[in-house]
Amino acid sequence: MNILDIQNLLYIVAAFLFYLGIKGLTHPRTAVAGNLKGLAGMLLAMTIAMLAFQGDKSVWQGWYWIGGGVFIGSLIGWIAAKKVQMTAMPEMVALFNGSGGLASMLVAGAVFHHLTHIAGLQETINAAITDGISPMSQAAILDKGQPLQTFIATVASGIIGAITFTGSILAYYKLQGKFGNSSTNPLLKIGNILFLAISLGLGVLLVIKPELTWVFWAVVAAAMLCGVFFVMPIGGADMPVVLALLNSYSGIAACATGFVINNTVLIVAGAFVGASGLILTKIMCVAMNRSLTNVLFGVMAEVGVGPSADEVYAGKIKSTSPDEVAMIMDGVQRVCIVPGYGMAVSQSQHVVRDISDFLTEKDVEVTFGIHPVAGRMPGHMNVLLAEADVSYDQLHEMDTVNQYISQVDVCIVLGANDVVNPEARTNPKSAIAGMPIIDVDKAHTVVVVKRSLSPGFAGIPNPLFAMDNTLMMFGDGKKVMLELLKALKEN
Amino acid sequence: MFAFYLTIFALAIFLGFEIITKVPPTLHTPLMSGANAISGITIVGALIVAGLNPVGEGSTLPGAIGCLAVIFAMINVVGGFAVTHRMLEMFQKKRKGN
Repeated sequence: MNILDIQNLLYIVAAFLFYLGIKGLTHPRTAVAGNLKGLAGMLLAMTIAMLAFQGDKSVWQGWYWIGGGVFIGSLIGWIAAKKVQMTAMPEMVALFNGSGGLASMLVAGAVFHHLTHIAGLQETINAAITDGISPMSQAAILDKGQPLQTFIATVASGIIGAITFTGSILAYYKLQGKFGNSSTNPLLKIGNILFLAISLGLGVLLVIKPELTWVFWAVVAAAMLCGVFFVMPIGGADMPVVLALLNSYSGIAACATGFVINNTVLIVAGAFVGASGLILTKIMCVAMNRSLTNVLFGVMAEVGVGPSADEVYAGKIKSTSPDEVAMIMDGVQRVCIVPGYGMAVSQSQHVVRDISDFLTEKDVEVTFGIHPVAGRMPGHMNVLLAEADVSYDQLHEMDTVNQYISQVDVCIVLGANDVVNPEARTNPKSAIAGMPIIDVDKAHTVVVVKRSLSPGFAGIPNPLFAMDNTLMMFGDGKKVMLELLKALKEN
Repeated sequence: MFAFYLTIFALAIFLGFEIITKVPPTLHTPLMSGANAISGITIVGALIVAGLNPVGEGSTLPGAIGCLAVIFAMINVVGGFAVTHRMLEMFQKKRKGN
């Protein structure tokens, strides 16, 4: 058994750890261990790559570039992960994701530059292979028998990595509320397809004439623009889908890199991530009753003859104050809080927890209704409420809440809009027709905390606000909730 | 060899779809960021290209690009696992508290 066999066996162990890791992450009890198994797999894979490599001084230039890179990267990643606010988690995930895509792209680029020294390196590798000890055939920057696949994989890795990179960066800005709108401007679609075509065309040229090393950077530049045009039309509220999809892309990019350097662990781990990202993407699309193509091209369902905001709201909006709500909540038995992106923006999750604790002490049953796409990333509300130490048992999924919502005395909608819009249920011509919603309108009293009557992401008025059992409590989420807590305590 | 790698890839994709049957919404974010950290496996490729000794005209370019790749891959790996762990501990603390 030579060093190559040992190396490959250990890579299988690492791949198995990734399998256990992702599997563990899908169950609450095993999630922490699952994440640590993934980390163990990563450390193992890195160690194998390094140790096997070191055996051959003829191709190994030492720790020169590696040591510094590992140190700087780890430091930045560690600090970012420790410092980030839970409310900024979607942005953080987007940045990490973009970072991974960029890394895959750069690996492909470095490989192409190595290929410019093809002759000399090939001899070295051949010599090492003859000796039967080469860890380099694992690195297999060059597999002389089948260079074509290597070139194709390199181009693929560069293109997918570049799209993941710029797509994630743009998603980051969109999550911060910059150019957040969706757009059906056909130019964006054309730009997307145009730059993808340019990128693929140059990629084919590069595969045929790999000695044109610098064309690689033109390929990735076009792919980067394609990534920008790809995310540009997608609106802020669709970000959960985009993040899940880009996550999948970063896995596929790593997978392509695996084909570049003929490394099984990259192929396997990349494929796992690609698959899990796609499943998450599908879950998010189902939760919005929209097809993936609709989301990607920024298309909301054809807006039929929807009533205008004036028609819906005119004279029917009842505004209320925290004092009044505190009085209504005196003596109630069941309260349900339905948070949305507004809770994240106003950072009111801690105040909400205080209100929940206060009411619980008074023997009020307080639950939270979580819509799967509330917020800007999959599971966004769960993360925020967990940060505020809201009990796990209090968080209920949409279907559970809808079963008991008619027995709820007061339902507080905090910064959510489209996910509680009854139009989805009642008006088949609405832009959000058929989207599963939390039926808050069936509660005895609905209190909607919102800054104004401005429409949500879907751009349609919400008849909920005008219903007889709805009270509007206008203002910043945190400020209003603080006042409500104060009023509750004074009552 | 290419067919072999393609087989591995196909099997891994199938397995990947099989692993995840049902994910509770609470774990959507951790699953995403944990999987994201695993996609940092590209670090193995980055380490290899950064450590390679360029033959021929002694260009430092591939090494420098490789070094950049190592930096970004490590941000992805370390940041991804750390942030996932932080989130999960938050969930964990609560469950024990009840």
